[in-house]
Amino acid sequence: MTKLTFIAHDGTHFDVDAENGSTVMENAIRNAVPGIEAECGGACACATCHVYVDEAWTAEVGEPEAMEEDMLDFAYDVQPNSRLSCQIKVRDALDGLVVRVPERQG
Amino acid sequence: MSGIISTDVLIVGAGPVGLFAVFELGLLDLKCHLIDILDKPGGQCAELYPEKPIYDIPGWPSISAQGLVDKLLEQVAPFKPDFTYNRMVSSLEKLDEGGFRVTTDENEVFEAKVVVIAAGGGSFQPKRPPIPGIEAYEGTSVFYSVRRMEEFRGHDLVIVGGGDSALDWTLNLQPVARSVTLVHRRPEFRAAPDSVNKMYAMQEMKELEFRVGQVTGLTGADGQLASATIKGGPDGDIEVPCTRMLPFFGLTMKLGPIAEWGLNLHENLIPVDTEKFETSVRGIFAVGDINWYPGKLKLILSGFHEVALMAQAAKRIISPGERIVFQYTTSSTSLQKKLGVSE
Repeated sequence: MTKLTFIAHDGTHFDVDAENGSTVMENAIRNAVPGIEAECGGACACATCHVYVDEAWTAEVGEPEAMEEDMLDFAYDVQPNSRLSCQIKVRDALDGLVVRVPERQG
Repeated sequence: MSGIISTDVLIVGAGPVGLFAVFELGLLDLKCHLIDILDKPGGQCAELYPEKPIYDIPGWPSISAQGLVDKLLEQVAPFKPDFTYNRMVSSLEKLDEGGFRVTTDENEVFEAKVVVIAAGGGSFQPKRPPIPGIEAYEGTSVFYSVRRMEEFRGHDLVIVGGGDSALDWTLNLQPVARSVTLVHRRPEFRAAPDSVNKMYAMQEMKELEFRVGQVTGLTGADGQLASATIKGGPDGDIEVPCTRMLPFFGLTMKLGPIAEWGLNLHENLIPVDTEKFETSVRGIFAVGDINWYPGKLKLILSGFHEVALMAQAAKRIISPGERIVFQYTTSSTSLQKKLGVSE
């Protein structure tokens, strides 16, 4: 199991055990992390699972692909460390990953 | 458009569930007219994820969302449904003689014996960008679509976005507006490369300005914009003159005017019974993602089941007293005739 931490907009920490191969978004939904809506269900079609990757992890998590960048245009308050959590797959190297949930989704 | 359009069943929403309703109602000899806010059938399947595979349609181990829409259109073609696109239903009125009168946002009038709401997540509407106070300027200085280009003549126009709408209007309104500033959060665009090249060429000629960044603030008074603040670009925070703004931030789904139809609602969903999928108003049904009942799952296949039962109830309302003989398409010659497959 890989450990992930979601920090909700009000500062609440959610520490979850995630299965490798699942998406960060799926783990947020399974653990009822507030502020992740995932309206389209993970099809990279809505930009409502937007998160900020903790600065210490941006290099390991990597850059969004073109399609995700396009979708991020529709997200709220996009920052250089913005990602759509449905496009980040959990793997061993992400053990300890911290992501922050924005104030709102779109 | 003048005159009232009459139909047996008016279906609000032409997504997969609305389309399959045409089939089930058609088998019972009911004629359908569908209204959709999009310019094409298919709803979310066509608009949000046409190329994505769906794996839980019975009998189709994998089918693309657009593929499913195409197959449904083929399946309902024998029943010759009518479609009205680019329209949002606005008001609904109950008629004394039975049935309903439904008006669209472009004032077309429909009369139907039964209304089926198959509106999914609601109607697609332009997304409001996250700019504080923007509501105060909507409809006067901020527009989400261009109805008349004259609205923009002589104005300092700021267009926000990186898709085809943003680029097309940047190019088309440049000759009309006093100044055009295109704002996008990055130098890459989703729009057609040809339009992007044209935009860059016009920037070279100083005919318009393209700025990387995000609009974070507006100034103005009484609904009239004066300027916009752009942050995040290489020049730091800058203020540009702005008396008209066109934000293109994609679409979101909202229940819209259906909320005012006097139906009972459950958190923006429409509660129905699970025998007929009828709302709190007799003769108005709700099927697919927009309805709610205990155990509801937002699956296309659940919507398919719902329309089959709904059709039986709709038939009883439209043809009271008529005996409905339950038949299978596999063996019924009369159903096969309706489908145009009988020998």
